[in-house]
This record gives sequence, C-alpha cells and structure tokens, in this order.
Amino acid sequence: MDLLIDQFFNTAIMAQAWPILWRGLQMTLLLCLTAVPLGLLGGLLVALAGRVRALRWTVVALVDLLRAVPPLVLLLFLYAGLPFAGIHLPPFLAALLALGLNASSFYGEIWRAGIDSVGHGQWEAARSTGLGHRQTLTAVILPQAARAVLPDLVSNTIEVVKLTSLASVVALPELLYSADMARSVTYNASPLMLAAGLYLALLWPLVRLLARFEHRSAGSR
Amino acid sequence: MGGWERFVDTFFKPALIERYWPAILDGMWVTIQIAAAVVVTGLALGLLLAVIRAYRIRPLTWAIILCVDVLRALPPLVLILLAYFGLPNIGILLSAFTVLWLVLSAVLAAFTEEIVWAGITSIRKGQWDAARSTGFGFTGALIFVVLPQAIRLAIPPLTNRTIAITKNTALGSVIGVAEILNRATTAQSVEGNATPLAMAAIAYCLLFVPVVIAGRWIETRFGWRRA
Repeated sequence: MDLLIDQFFNTAIMAQAWPILWRGLQMTLLLCLTAVPLGLLGGLLVALAGRVRALRWTVVALVDLLRAVPPLVLLLFLYAGLPFAGIHLPPFLAALLALGLNASSFYGEIWRAGIDSVGHGQWEAARSTGLGHRQTLTAVILPQAARAVLPDLVSNTIEVVKLTSLASVVALPELLYSADMARSVTYNASPLMLAAGLYLALLWPLVRLLARFEHRSAGSR
Repeated sequence: MGGWERFVDTFFKPALIERYWPAILDGMWVTIQIAAAVVVTGLALGLLLAVIRAYRIRPLTWAIILCVDVLRALPPLVLILLAYFGLPNIGILLSAFTVLWLVLSAVLAAFTEEIVWAGITSIRKGQWDAARSTGFGFTGALIFVVLPQAIRLAIPPLTNRTIAITKNTALGSVIGVAEILNRATTAQSVEGNATPLAMAAIAYCLLFVPVVIAGRWIETRFGWRRA
C-alpha cells in the first residue's frame, strides 16, 4: 500500500512536476480552443457540401476515409511523412490539422443529422418571409439543428479534447507530453496521475452533462 | 525528376513497397487480433455491468458510475502510459499487448455500459409489468424481455463507438506493440522515406473502410425503429 502511494500518489514529486504540467495544460487548452472550432466549422462545411448533388459522393468518400484512418496515423503522416515531400509542419500545426480533419468528418455527420431533422416547412416558411438562402440557414435552420444534436456535439467535443493527448507523440509539449517527461525523469508515475487528474477536471463536467442529456432523452420516450 | 515521379518516389516507392509489405501484413494480423480481443471482452464486460446496474444496488451502482465516468473522461493514451510505465514499479509486469488489450477493453466496457443502460431505462414500465405478470422473476424479465429490446436500441451507437475504440489499437505503437503503425514508423525511420507510412494508411483503410460502411448500413437499418 505504501509502495502504491509512493509510486502513484507521491505529492512531493507532483509538486515538483507541477510547473511543467501547468505549462502543458495551457498548451492543451490552446490546442482544444483552436481544434474544436476548426472541427465544428469544417464539419459544417462537410454537411453543407454533402447537400450539393455534384459533391455528395466525393464528400461521403472523404468522410469515410477520414473515419477509417486512426487519428494517430493521420498525425504521424502529416508530421513525419510530409517532410519527405518538402512540407515541414511544426508539431502544433500538424496536430491542429490532424485533429481538425478528423473532427470535421465526425462533426460533419452530426451536423448533417441535425440539418435533416429540421422540417422542410421551416425552409419554406423562412424563405416566404423574405429571408435569403444564407439568412435562412444561419438564423432559422442551424439554431434548431444545433439544439437537436446538442448531446452528440458535446460527446464529440469530449472525444476531440481527449485526442489532443496524441500530440504528445509528435513532441508537442502539451499536458501528457509534459507529464511523461516528468515521469521518465523521476521514474515515478505520479506526474501521469496528476495529468489524469487534470484531464478529469477538464472533462468530468462534460461527461456528467452528457449523462444527464442521455437520461433526459430516455425519460421522455 | 518530374513532380509526379517525385511524388511516387516519396509516398509509393515500389522497391520499399516490395520490401515492407510482409511486415505491414504481419502488423495487420496483430491489429486484427487485438481488435477482436477488445471487442469481445469490452462488449461482454459492458453488458455485464449494465445488467448489474439494473438491480439498483446503491454501492455497486455508484462504483459503476464512478468507473464509467473516469474511463469516459480520460484519454486512452494516458491510461496506456500509466499502466505500461506505472504498474511495473509496484511489481505488476504486463506485456505491451496485454496493457493495450486491458485498457481498450475497459474503455469499450465503459461506453457499452452507458449505452446499454440508456437502452434499458428507455424500455417502458409496461414491458416490465407484462413480463412479470406472465410469471417471470426480475432476472427473467430483464434477460428475456427488457435486455433484447434494449440491445436493439443500443446497436447503432454501439457500432460507432466500437469502431472508434478499435481504431485506438494504433496507440499500441507508442508502447511498442508490433501492430501496423509500429511496423510502419520503424521502417520509415530506417529508410528515410514516407512510403511505409502511406502503406500503413492504406492498410488501415483496407481494414476499416468496410467496417465504417457496414456501420452506416447498421445505423440506417436499426436507426429509427423504436422497440
């Protein structure tokens, strides 16, 4: 038991590692705050492009390919593969691009379901009041679509935040990378436990929110 | 060298494809083995947890909710590194393959429990009453009447989640499990060429595009049919 506490919950080592974990957490937050909006926007473009008949099959094929390739493979391809073609991406950009592409394909499917759930009458009613196509979309359709698929949007956002930890593999000094550095220097897993605690603090509220959504939708049936 | 030749030489160099396709094929086999093991144990454990939760025994319910929440909130890579580098220090030595299998199974079990439980709570009370009135006990009503309907509701979200988690087998490359990505990154650093990574991407597409398409089909097939 003492061994367990010493190896996983060593407060002295945690305190020592805290400064670099704090910097790592800031990098993780920066990556989240750029990758999530990028994915939401990219997903919206995917959903809208999928509604154009000429583009539909291209979009479906691209989305399916992106959903089939593990995000880590995509990240390593962008970071370690592209330099051979003369394209050098710094770790942050490679991670942002990989997460953005991956998230776009998943958010895209969610937006599509959301837009489909808004009745056709809403389009006609909005157009008949004099709104243009773009105004109809942004002021009438998308707000209702977002509300309909809010649980799925939250669920995928949790996944994107978790995926930011992959950036540690390409040496971006985010939370997991910093914690693993501290782990390898101290030969002690406590920094990783601290990082796990920080991820929990970040994501547990969202997971609880999601559980309440699921419970509510089950109760109303 | 023209642009096209340079592109082929960088990403699809024939000599390297010939040299490394057996290794990538071996990697695909390892990936399939882990994925299959994770799907079986993860789904079974998750289903068991959802059944236990249905008995509404307070301390057990709380323990399940706590574990499920933690496993849903933590990035799998954090769990993998914790288990692989942390456990040996307290005398538990596990192979990289075992760590990957256990962690991904636990994560899949957590999501499965949540999804099946949502299915169970969405079955109307009348179904329970009707089953009990025909002479089933609580366990009989749960297993023969409620669970089959709940699982049917759970299939579309469960399919998507299972695909996402089996793709995480690629995380094994970080701790040295000799799956597709691991073989490719090793070859890539030896050769100084992106061809092995391109081969890995294609190998994943070969494995998972059919699964993703099957997932789409299952989603529309079971999608809006309420039990």
